[in-house]
Amino acid sequence: MRRLKPFFTFGLLMAVFMLSGCSDMIVLDPKGPVGAEQRDLIMYSIWFMLFILLVVYALTAFIVYKYRDRKNHKGYDPDNEGSHLLETIWWIIPIIIVIALSIPTVKSIYSLEGPPEESKDQKPLVIHATSVNWKWVFSYPEQDIETVNYLHIPEDRPVLFKLTSADSMASFWVPQLGGQKYAMAGMETELYLQADEQGTYEGRNSNFTGEGFTNHTFDVMAMSDAEFEKWASETKAHAPELSKGQYDKLMLPGHVKEMTFSSTHLDWVDHATNAEYALDARERLGYEEKIPHSRAAKEEKKKREEEMKKLEESESESHGDSHAH
Amino acid sequence: MKWDEFFVTGDPMIYGADVSIVLTMVGILFYLTKYNKWKWLWDEWLTTVDHKKLGIMYIVSAVLMLFRGGVDALLMRTQLAVPEAKFLDSQHYNEIFTTHGTIMIIFMAMPFLIGLINVVVPLQIGARDVAYPYLNAVSFWTFFIGAMLFNISFVIGGSPSAGWTSYMPLASNELSPGPGQNYYLLGLQIAGIGTLLTGINFLVTILKMRAPGMTLFRMPMFTWSSLVTMVIIIFAFPILTVALALMTFDRLFGSHFFTLQGAGMDMLWANLFWLWGHPEVYIVILPAFGMFSEIISTFSRKTLFGYKAMIWSMLLIAGYSFLVWVHHFFTMGSGALVNSVFSITTMAIGIPTGVKIFNWLFTMYRGKIQFTTPMLWSLGFIVNFVIGGVTGVMLAMAAADYQYHNTYFLVSHFHYVLIAGTVFACFAGLIYWYPKMFGYKLNERIGKWVFWVFTIGFNVCFFPQYFLGLDGMPRRVYTYSEESGWGPLNMVSTIGGFMMGIAFLILVYNMYYSFRYAKRETTGDAWDGRTLEWSTPTAMPPFYNFAKIPEVTGLDHFWRQKQAGKVEKLKAEDIKPIHMPSNSGVPFIMASFFFVAGFGMVFDWMWMAIAGIIGVFGTLFYRSFEYDDGYYVSVEEVIETEKISK
Amino acid sequence: MAHAETHDPNTPLEYRSETGRLNILGFWIFLGAEIALFATLFATYMVLEHRIADGPSPGELFEVKSLLIQTFLLLTSSFTCGLAVHEMRRQNVKGLITWMAITLGLGLGFLYFEIEEFLHFIHEGANIGTSAAWSGFFVLVGTHGAHVTFGIFWVTMVLIQVAKRGLTPATSAKVFITSLYWHFLDVVWIFIFTAVYLMGMVMHNG
Repeated sequence: MRRLKPFFTFGLLMAVFMLSGCSDMIVLDPKGPVGAEQRDLIMYSIWFMLFILLVVYALTAFIVYKYRDRKNHKGYDPDNEGSHLLETIWWIIPIIIVIALSIPTVKSIYSLEGPPEESKDQKPLVIHATSVNWKWVFSYPEQDIETVNYLHIPEDRPVLFKLTSADSMASFWVPQLGGQKYAMAGMETELYLQADEQGTYEGRNSNFTGEGFTNHTFDVMAMSDAEFEKWASETKAHAPELSKGQYDKLMLPGHVKEMTFSSTHLDWVDHATNAEYALDARERLGYEEKIPHSRAAKEEKKKREEEMKKLEESESESHGDSHAH
Repeated sequence: MKWDEFFVTGDPMIYGADVSIVLTMVGILFYLTKYNKWKWLWDEWLTTVDHKKLGIMYIVSAVLMLFRGGVDALLMRTQLAVPEAKFLDSQHYNEIFTTHGTIMIIFMAMPFLIGLINVVVPLQIGARDVAYPYLNAVSFWTFFIGAMLFNISFVIGGSPSAGWTSYMPLASNELSPGPGQNYYLLGLQIAGIGTLLTGINFLVTILKMRAPGMTLFRMPMFTWSSLVTMVIIIFAFPILTVALALMTFDRLFGSHFFTLQGAGMDMLWANLFWLWGHPEVYIVILPAFGMFSEIISTFSRKTLFGYKAMIWSMLLIAGYSFLVWVHHFFTMGSGALVNSVFSITTMAIGIPTGVKIFNWLFTMYRGKIQFTTPMLWSLGFIVNFVIGGVTGVMLAMAAADYQYHNTYFLVSHFHYVLIAGTVFACFAGLIYWYPKMFGYKLNERIGKWVFWVFTIGFNVCFFPQYFLGLDGMPRRVYTYSEESGWGPLNMVSTIGGFMMGIAFLILVYNMYYSFRYAKRETTGDAWDGRTLEWSTPTAMPPFYNFAKIPEVTGLDHFWRQKQAGKVEKLKAEDIKPIHMPSNSGVPFIMASFFFVAGFGMVFDWMWMAIAGIIGVFGTLFYRSFEYDDGYYVSVEEVIETEKISK
Repeated sequence: MAHAETHDPNTPLEYRSETGRLNILGFWIFLGAEIALFATLFATYMVLEHRIADGPSPGELFEVKSLLIQTFLLLTSSFTCGLAVHEMRRQNVKGLITWMAITLGLGLGFLYFEIEEFLHFIHEGANIGTSAAWSGFFVLVGTHGAHVTFGIFWVTMVLIQVAKRGLTPATSAKVFITSLYWHFLDVVWIFIFTAVYLMGMVMHNG
C-alpha cells in the first residue's frame, strides 16, 4: 500500500531509534537496584507494546490494502455487521495482556515501598530532603549535618529519604537511582533509593514550582562507605553551624550555591508538621511576592539574575573543592 | 492596583499583540459599519437559537483558539529548539505553557466537539432543534465569554503561570499573586457553566427528541457517543465548579482549603482537579470515537462492525473514567494498595478501547474503502492513536510511572491521544460535515496535503519526546543545558511542530480556496451517507431541518432506503405548520454581564463583580417573565422553501 | 421543537405541554448535577474537618437549639411546599399561593437563624479564614444557604406569574420545578444535619 509507506518507514526508524538509544537514555541506564527494577519493568512493557503495535499495524495494512475501492473489487459485504467469535477474541486478548502487565506492576509497587531486596538487612541511611523554592535542603539527622543542593551517599547501602516541602509541591527525582516521589508541605513521604556504583548523578525537582523551577536541581555523589563516613565526620567538625537567621534567608524564593552545615534545621522546625514556617520567615524578612508583570517584579528579577550569574561564576571557580569542606 | 500592574508591558511581542488586537477590532468595526452589517450580525448570529448556527459559532471560536494555542506551542518549541536559548524568559514561558494547555483543552477541543455535536446530533436524530434552544445559546455565549476573559489576560494583568493543572500551593496568593491565576479560575468557571448546560440540554435532546422509530439501539454511533459524553459532563463538571470556587475563595476571601496556612490541604486540590480532569479526557475523546465510527462506516460503505460492542465499550469507558484519577499522581505516596488498584483500573480502560480499535478495523474488512480526506484522518487516527494508547498503558504501570511522571514521556503520550484522537477527529468531522454547514466540500487535493504535512509533522514533533522523557527531560522546564544532550531531539521536535503549524495554514487556505472555487452541492447527500443528516433535500438544511419528521425503521435508515430505492419524496399534503423557537438577545446580554462580573473578580474589584452578578440575575428574572412560546412556520413558507431549494 | 399537547384529563397540568415535560426532565437531570456538586462539598468538608489549625473545632461551637430550630423550619417548609403543589393539582390558585407564601416565610425564618448562627460563630472566633475545617464548613453550609436564598427569590417570581396569569401548563410547570428544587434543598439539609452537625457534636462530646 503506497499510501501507508511513510508509516512503515517511520516504524522502522522508530525501532532503530529505540534500539540504538536504549543504553544512552538515563532512565534505562540505572545505577542502583531501584532504578534497575523499574528499567526491567519498562523494558518488559515495551516488548508487549511493540507486539501490540505490530499486530494492529499488520492488520490495518492488510485490510486497507485488500479492501480498498478499485476495479474488480472482491469480497464486498456491506451488511457484515459483527462476529461473536471475533469479538470474543478481542475482548479476551486485551484482558490477558492487562493481567500479564498487572502482576509484575503490582509486585514492583509493593517492593518499591521498602528498601531493595538485596540490602534488606542493612540499616538504611536516613536523609530528610526539604524542597524550598528553588533549592533542596538535605538533613542527615544521625550525622547531625546539613547540606544544600548536593547530597553525599554511601554506595551499596539503602537510603531512606524523608521528603517534605517548605512551600510548593515538588517532586524528588534522581533518574539514574530510581523513580520520583512528591515532597509536600505539612506532609512526609518516604522514598528508598540506593546507588550500586560510585559517581555523580543529577537529581532534580520534576514538579513545576514556578519561575525558578528549571534550575531546581542538585547533585548526588555516591561514594564508598569509608569516604562517606570521613566526609560526614569532617563536615561535623569543620562546617559552620546553621543559624535560624541563615535558615530564614534560605526560605526566600531564589537559587543559592551549595552549602554545608554542622547542624540541622530539624532542631527547630520540621516542615512535615509545620507548613507555615517558610511564609512566616518571609514575613519576618519583609519579603513579599510580587505580581509577575509589575515594575517591582521586574526589578526583583533583574536582581535575581545577577545573583544567579555571580553564583554560576563562583561555582565554576570553586568547582571541585566545593564539596570538600 | 497600579497601571504597571494592569497593562502588561516591556515585551515587544506583547506590544505587537496589543497593536494587532486594536487593528483587528477597528477593522471589524469598520467592516460592520461600512457594509451595514450590524443588524445582520445581531439578527442572524448574536440572537440566534438555531443549533446549526450556534454549532458553527462554536467551531469558528474553536479554530481561533486552535490558532492561539498553536502560536503558544510554537513559541515554546522555538524556545526549546536549542539549549540555553534566550528567546523567552522563565516567567513568559510558564505563562505560555499554562495558557497553551488550558486553551487547547477547555477552549479548543471541547468547543470544537460541542460545535460538531450541535450541528450534527439534532439532524442525526431527526429533530428540528435541541430540547432547550434558548439554553443552547446561553451555553455558547458563556463559553465564548469565558474564553475571551481568559484570553485578554496576556495583555491586561498578565496570564496565569501555574500550569493548566494549577497545583496548590503554587497557585495560591502567597506564591502567585496578582490577577493571572484569577483569570484561570473565572474564565474556566464561566465557560464551565455553559458546558454543564450543554450536558443537560443534549442529554434531554437525545433522550426525548428522537424521530419516531429511532430506538436507542438504532441511534447513529456519534449520537451515542454524544449521549455518553453528556452523562460524563453532568457528573464531572460540578466537581470542577466546586474546585474552582474553593480556590477562588482561597485567593479572594482568605479561606484555607488548599493553602499552606490554616492547615489547608494541597493534595485535596490535586484530587478534585483530576476527579474532574480524568473524565474530561473522555469528554474530549468519546465524541471523537463516535465521529470515526461514522466516517469509517461511510467510506468503507459498510455497516459498523460490532455496533453493540461499540456502545458497551463506550459505557464501560465512561464508568471507568471516574475510577482512575489517582494515576495522575501515583508519586504522591498514597501507598502500595491504592497505587495497585488505580494501576489496574487504568490499564483496564485499555480493554474496551482495544475492542473499539478492532471493531473499526473490521468495519473496513470486506468493505469498499474510499480514501477521502475524512477517511485519511480516520486511518491516521488508528495508526497514531494506538501509539498513544500503548504508552498510556505503560504510564498506568505505577512502578514504572515513577520514572515517566513529569517528563516528556508523559507529554508525548497525552499529545498522541489528544492530537491523534481529538484533533484528528475535529479535522475529520469538520471536513465530513462541512457540506452540511456551508453547502460545499473543502477541496480534497489541498485537504490531503494538510493531512500528510500535519500527520508527519505531528510524529516528527512528538515521537522524539518519548526518548527525551526516558532521557530524563522534565516537562515545563523553559530551557536545558548543553551537557544534557537533549538538544538534537528537541530540534527535531521543533521542526515537527512548525510542520503542524504550516499544515494549519494550508487548512485555513483551503477554507478560503473552497469558499471561492468549490462546486456547490446540489443535494443533501454529499458523501453518499448513511444517517439522517444526509437525508435533507438541500445541502444545507433549512432552519427547521426537516419539513416532515422522518420515520425510522432501523439502523442506518437513510442508507437502507437508498439501497432499496425507496427514498421518500416530500409531498405538499404531508406538510404541517412547524413550531419554532424565537430568537433572543438575552443569552448574549447575560454572558456580557458574566464578563463584567468575572473581570471584577479577577482584579478583586468587588463593586464591579457585584454589579455584574446583579446583571446576570436581572437577565435570569427577565427571562422568567418573558412568555415567548415561539412561532409557527406556515405551510406555504415551508413549501416555498423546499421548492426553491429543489 | 415538537409541541404536542396531551389532553388526558388525568395528566397533571404541568405535564400537559411538551415544553413542560422537557423542562421537568431537564430539571431532574440538573438536580443530578447538583448532587455531584454537594457531594464534592461534603467530601471536601469530611477531608478538612479535623484540620483546625489553632482555631476551635466545629463540633465545639455547634449549638443544639439553633440547629433544631433551623431543621424544624426547613422540614416544615418542605411539607407546606408539598401542600402547595397539592393545591395546584386541585386548581386552587389561592391555596397554592397561600401555602407557598407560608413556605417562603419558613424559608426566611430558616435563613434568619442560619445567619444568626454564622454571626455567633464569627463572634466566637471562627470565620472562613480561621482554618481549613471552618472554610469547609462555611462554604458547604453557605452554599446550601445561598441556594435557599435564591429559591426564595425564584419562588416569589413564579408566584407573581401565577397571580398574574393563573394556572397554565407553563406556570404550573414552573411551580412544580421550584417545588422539586425546594424539596431537594431539604434533602441536602438532612445530610448537613447528620454529617456536619450531629457527627461534629458527637465527635466533640463523645
